[in-house]
Amino acid sequence: MSNDSVGKRVVQWFDHRLPLVTFVNHSLVEYPAPRNLSYWWTFGSLAGIVLVLQIVTGIVLAMHYTPHVDMAFVSVERIMRDVNYGWLIRYMHANGGSAFFAVVYIHIYRGLYYGSYKDPREVLWWMGLIILILMMMNAFTGYVLPWGQMSFWAATVITNLFSAIPLVGDSIVTWLWGGYAVGNPALNRFYSLHYLLPFLLVAVVFLHLWALHTFGSNNPLGIDAKGPQDQIPFHPYYTVKDLFGLGVLMIVLLAFVFFAPNFLGHPDNYIPANPLVTPAHIVPEWYFLPFYAILRSVPDKLLGVVLMFGSLAVPFLLPWLDTSKVRSATFRPIYKQVFWFLVVDGIVLGWCGSQPPEGIALILARISTAYYFLHFLVLMPLIGMIEKPRPLPTSIAEPVLKGGDAAATAPTRGRS
Amino acid sequence: MAETPAASADSVGGDGETRRDFLYIATGAVGTVGVLAAMWPLIHQMNPSKAVLALASTEVDLSGIEEGESVTVVWRGKPVFVRHRTAEEIAAAVDVDLADLPDPQADAERAEKPEWLILVGICTHLGCVPIGNQGDFAGGWFCPCHGSHYDSSGRIRIGPAPVNLEVPDYVYLDETTVRIG
Repeated sequence: MSNDSVGKRVVQWFDHRLPLVTFVNHSLVEYPAPRNLSYWWTFGSLAGIVLVLQIVTGIVLAMHYTPHVDMAFVSVERIMRDVNYGWLIRYMHANGGSAFFAVVYIHIYRGLYYGSYKDPREVLWWMGLIILILMMMNAFTGYVLPWGQMSFWAATVITNLFSAIPLVGDSIVTWLWGGYAVGNPALNRFYSLHYLLPFLLVAVVFLHLWALHTFGSNNPLGIDAKGPQDQIPFHPYYTVKDLFGLGVLMIVLLAFVFFAPNFLGHPDNYIPANPLVTPAHIVPEWYFLPFYAILRSVPDKLLGVVLMFGSLAVPFLLPWLDTSKVRSATFRPIYKQVFWFLVVDGIVLGWCGSQPPEGIALILARISTAYYFLHFLVLMPLIGMIEKPRPLPTSIAEPVLKGGDAAATAPTRGRS
Repeated sequence: MAETPAASADSVGGDGETRRDFLYIATGAVGTVGVLAAMWPLIHQMNPSKAVLALASTEVDLSGIEEGESVTVVWRGKPVFVRHRTAEEIAAAVDVDLADLPDPQADAERAEKPEWLILVGICTHLGCVPIGNQGDFAGGWFCPCHGSHYDSSGRIRIGPAPVNLEVPDYVYLDETTVRIG
């Protein structure tokens, strides 16, 4: 007992001077969360955990990797063969990147379905999109580092996107390369940026969480919590829920790591980079395929690049393009269906991106690229105006309590 | 943790208390074991790999080293002194009262064949490389970093180093070849 009070007093002394304990308590323990969050809400914290996993494995890989054109490929092979558990750490990092995108894409579609981008969460949505863009830069710079054939040609193709810029394009590409072609200077700077960007990512994740905790989580009903009866403390209810989600994610991720570590990669990247030969069929990693399809669907270089970057820019305007005041698609009969068209559109674009740009794949890519922009720029404003939303429940607790489910009411009883 | 509203909330109910405590401990225990197991690869990757450990021995050809000469070879990334000692140096090393030494050790224990002294050339104080034929002892070593004097057997005599220069494991493969490590 006396031990407890001494420890407690030390904590209080520290917390009075730097309120770290209070901060953690407020944001991870007491933090009042809507009582009706479904498993779709677990993907945010999963993304955070995967980011930590990527940073930890990445720092370890950096201890063994050599960023030089003559040694990069060999140093990665040394990691795979010689370094103790190097194979495990590298496969975790490579597949962890895919897991990061998978989790984040689900997280984004969750936000689209439940209107999580709407007032007052527009800045929260922006921070999320910035996180996605930083992730893409990070995935790209990381993909270059093993210096295999796919690494080299990915670096060449992606940097050449900037050559589409009128007048200064070629100068910008030369500046990016630090030479006449992708070579050692480019590899060195990509390595530098690949180490830097994750920490920028952490900073933006912090802003994302700050914005989130300012108004609290959205929820499947999309209505605001009106009081304690609508909320439960984050710990233990959502810590446990997120922990279970983490368990499921780890089963999937480790299944890839241990049983199909190269399933998502390309065999060509185990051939050392050769600036004189381009692989016959170069495609990016799966998480870039929809954007790659948009790029290739346009027969004009500049317009293709503009549309590809535009597909990332348009969602920034979504809070204003969506004219409906109702957040959750549960109460929006038309948008609820249109949402699934966008999901299918994304998958179709992904498939098109994986195919050579000809025949049916090219036609489908053009249609789905047009539909992507149609969805955001035309359908979202229009549906909000013509749609008649179903009546919203008066509170989060109401539909639950009306059901008379004893288990669901337990937390409320406990808090009173 | 026990102070959180959530935990105190459940103890109000009474019936759930034991079960929740058990679940907390079980979850914590499984989580701790899992995290520790996951940490091992992250720690072990910093240990030398088998490829590095495989390079752990060095062979030295002694035929070219004249009496009174010394060569420095690299063994496991460290300097190793191989000295062909003169009769006077051997005599000086043997003729010592062990009670006078900070780290008493007879010369016979430090050199399998008296004329060949093999030492790891790293000062036992803080890891500098001592300089040969310098210091207060003829045929000895002197460490310029912090002033340790070693005698012609590589034993610490004066200065801050706590113990004698290390003698690595070695075997004579034949009359003129020694394998260190």
